[in-house]
Amino acid sequence: MRKKELSLIITFPSTADALAMERICARFQAPGRLIPVPTSITASCGLAWRSAPSDQEALETLISTEKLTIQGIYECMV
Amino acid sequence: MIYFDNAATTQQKPRAVLDAVLEAMTHMGNAGRGAHTASLDAARSIYDARTLLAELFHSESPSCIAFTSNATESLNTALKGLLRPGDHAITTVLEHNSVLRPLYELREAGTELTILPCDDKGCLLYDALSDAVRPNTRLIVCTGASNVTGNCTDLARIGAFAREHGLLFVVDAAQLAGIFPVDVQRLHIDVLCFTGHKALLGPQGTGGLYVREGLSIRPLKSGGSGIDSQNTHHPDRMPTALEAGTLNGHGIAGLAAAVRFLLEEGLDAIRARELQLAQEFYLGVRDIPGVTVYGDFSTLARCPIVSFNIGEWDSGSVSDELLTQYGISARSGIHCAPLMHQSLGTLKQGAVRFSFSQFNTHEEVQTGIRAVRELA
Repeated sequence: MRKKELSLIITFPSTADALAMERICARFQAPGRLIPVPTSITASCGLAWRSAPSDQEALETLISTEKLTIQGIYECMV
Repeated sequence: MIYFDNAATTQQKPRAVLDAVLEAMTHMGNAGRGAHTASLDAARSIYDARTLLAELFHSESPSCIAFTSNATESLNTALKGLLRPGDHAITTVLEHNSVLRPLYELREAGTELTILPCDDKGCLLYDALSDAVRPNTRLIVCTGASNVTGNCTDLARIGAFAREHGLLFVVDAAQLAGIFPVDVQRLHIDVLCFTGHKALLGPQGTGGLYVREGLSIRPLKSGGSGIDSQNTHHPDRMPTALEAGTLNGHGIAGLAAAVRFLLEEGLDAIRARELQLAQEFYLGVRDIPGVTVYGDFSTLARCPIVSFNIGEWDSGSVSDELLTQYGISARSGIHCAPLMHQSLGTLKQGAVRFSFSQFNTHEEVQTGIRAVRELA
């Protein structure tokens, strides 16, 4: 089994919000990708954005400036 | 075959629409039901369509656009989701049965209803609005353009009136969308119901509704949503709130391609061509003895529709002659708009409706004029 890594996980209230995140990140070349929400996190949408913990500040700035809707930001082993 | 029934369904679509549907059917999974490549492809494609429609209608965000199978489903969702027994709704005689029948159903359950009249050309009598408002009035619902005469309703005027009186404003854009630009925010529209298969040039089985941010509509359906699955209730967040079950992802991919085409070509340019064809036909037939044309042609605020009759001749019979003798496909009868025909005095005879698209030609229109002249 692949060794788990500490990851930054961002969850969303709906699929449309997750897709909006992906689109904005692609436009600004921000790191990460959509994955299934880890079962350790309770989230509305089945899609989550996974990135490295070191990306948190940059992603939070992007979320704020682009008015993206998210549900939560977590660090967990994925 | 000459196709003049574009107000029912546009038959000819841009090649990009066909290609998009085929492409979607070769690789798409189920949107929002997984994070694998095929599922994400579908989710991205649908989100792309939301974004394009949000741009077309000047929506606050793509999440304000929910997909349905057609304008009828959208209107049923809006009206049954917003009106309760004891509420009062205002509508018009211009409406299609997709507005009237849900309202009649609601009236049987206790919703009050006022239906505004029109003049002899089928244009709405706006002055009747003020008298119609009651303390329990909840909304105004009306079409953006009559599917019989083609004349537009003054949405800016009704929207301003609705806002002034604190009423919701629901618009049936089945005929309007794809022909006229619709700015939902500027027009104070709370819910805009559209279908994909008419002037939006998409496939049948696609449609949707714009819902103003902050407005909540009780859904017609509940079920799989791909989100919040342990909740015993369907999620209330748009667009999921109104999208239970798997969407028509393949069709929506085609609709996205169609809207992209419309945005690139520009609605003003497309409409100018369509109205030119309609005007050519109107001018060619209006003075033929025995021919009666319905509607107001003194304005450019109209969709490319020309409805007419020849004497007392049954409209279905005229339509059949057009088909068998000239290869022209046109719509007869009362076009699912009984109150409009009642107002025009054509409930029994119906009318023959020619509705044009940008893909019709001058030669086809000339054939149409010749056919009417010879039949009359």
